[in-house]
Amino acid sequence: MTYYQKWISFYTIVRKDVLRMFRIWAQTFLPSVVTSALYFLVFGAFLGSKIGEVQGVPYVMFVVPGLVMLAVITNAYANTSFVMFSAKFFGRNIDEILVSPTPPWVLVSGYVAGGVIRGVLIGLIVLSVSLFFTHLTIHSLFVVVAFLVLTSIVFALAGLVNGVYAKSIDGINIVPTFVLTPLVYLGGVFYSADALPGIWGTITKFDPVFYVINGFRYGFLGTSDVPLLLSFGVLAAFALVFFGIAWYLIRTGLGLRQ
Amino acid sequence: MTDLALEINNLEKTYAGGTRALNGVSLAVPQGDFFALLGPNGAGKTTLIGIVTGLVNSTAGTVSVFGIDAARSPEQSRATIGLVPQEVNVNPFEKPLDILVNQAGYYGISRAVAVPRAKQILKDLGLHDKGGMPSSQLSGGMKRRLMIARGIIHEPKLLILDEPTAGVDVELRRSMWDYLTGLTKKGVTIILTTHYLEEAEQLAKHVAIINKGDIVEQGTMEEVLAKHPSTPLGAGDEGKYRGGKLEEVFLKLTQNPT
Ligand SMILES: Nc1ncnc2c1ncn2[C@@H]1O[C@H](COP(=O)(O)OP(=O)(O)OP(=O)(O)O)[C@@H](O)[C@H]1O
Ligand SMILES: [Mg+2]
Repeated sequence: MTYYQKWISFYTIVRKDVLRMFRIWAQTFLPSVVTSALYFLVFGAFLGSKIGEVQGVPYVMFVVPGLVMLAVITNAYANTSFVMFSAKFFGRNIDEILVSPTPPWVLVSGYVAGGVIRGVLIGLIVLSVSLFFTHLTIHSLFVVVAFLVLTSIVFALAGLVNGVYAKSIDGINIVPTFVLTPLVYLGGVFYSADALPGIWGTITKFDPVFYVINGFRYGFLGTSDVPLLLSFGVLAAFALVFFGIAWYLIRTGLGLRQ
Repeated sequence: MTDLALEINNLEKTYAGGTRALNGVSLAVPQGDFFALLGPNGAGKTTLIGIVTGLVNSTAGTVSVFGIDAARSPEQSRATIGLVPQEVNVNPFEKPLDILVNQAGYYGISRAVAVPRAKQILKDLGLHDKGGMPSSQLSGGMKRRLMIARGIIHEPKLLILDEPTAGVDVELRRSMWDYLTGLTKKGVTIILTTHYLEEAEQLAKHVAIINKGDIVEQGTMEEVLAKHPSTPLGAGDEGKYRGGKLEEVFLKLTQNPT
């Protein structure tokens, strides 16, 4: 295939996914609007006034970046894991791509691009919802956008790996429930990791979501528990590793070919 | 340059569960051939096709498609092949026209080229009025024809059909054969499996019979029929259904000795 032909194949995969997510918008976009509005209501209006300020800003402003990332992570992950899983099990139309000359890296990139589009759109939607509850200051637009995209890439890749491996619908629900959710909650959505006592503060440092939230929060508030470059580096490393795994799985056909 | 569309040498396949599906199969299909791959249920036909098209990993042996090593240059080799699988694997939510245009996309064919081509093929296969409804609303025979359309949308030089006529009515079967022989006249090589042996006897130039993972006979249709002359009617066989000549040869070669 020429590069132009690869581009067409990539575009085909992405276009199909984007049309799908808009067709079923009530399942793909609406849930995050509802849950995040509830979070903002609880933490902003009800609890926020009791908690007061964290790192020099009202509590609701402090949690917005974390809650946005919670939605971004779950949606980017759900998109690729579900799309890959259903292409494998509902009629096995993943074979349509597997018999074609589309190389594995184009397939991975196409699926991930779909997850990134969903993640970034969700991020923007939840940010817009937050404006009903607080005002936002943006310290660095570049950092905000970079973390939105990088986080979507990392978790779309992780979701893709999960989707390739999953042998049943439980296989794509277990990881989000037992791995992703704890990572997100312990990663500092609701608090600054500085506030965590002893061992917990150390454990948090091994949680990729910790870097996601700190980097993203820095983009808004200009404050972070760790240096910005470290957060960038950690996420970029995760993206590379997951891309490698996804590429290898599809290249060798583990989980896809008999 | 080779004059073979497909050359298989000592192909072996043992599935993960331990099932031995192919025991060192060798086959040669000349360019422009109409080749019938016949064998009872479970003989290994779909497995062989899966390996050639990249859906199943082989255990040992080589496959070369128009002289291209399918293991070393999978993308190049796949670009020349079209597959019509045995199991229906069209996405039930997608519309036939979209399925065809997306499939063309995976081969690097732009929408501008693919859309008119897809419409023409749908028309040729009698599906022109079905292009816009979800494929779940097609009948079984229509889904088969849609899969044929999908297999030829990128104008492959080698078309492999795994039981394309299962569940297709007599009239459509005839028009399907006319369509496929029309393709061979344009230089397309066709490999097909079928359990309708009269069809194979009439249409195929070459034939291979596979049983329990071994090729038990191969050659031109005339050679194979001549090699195994009809057995005379035995006592009590009068009035029993006997089928065509090929059917007799097939049974003789694949039936377990009783
Ligand atoms: N995914 C799989 N995992 C394990 N064994 C398999 C798998 N697919 C096929 N087999 C086994 O391999 C053997 C050959 O199967 P295959 O599907 O190639 O037969 P076939 O000739 O296409 O039969 P049919 O005419 O029924 O379609 C059978 O014993 C089958 O049980
Ligand atoms: Mg079969």
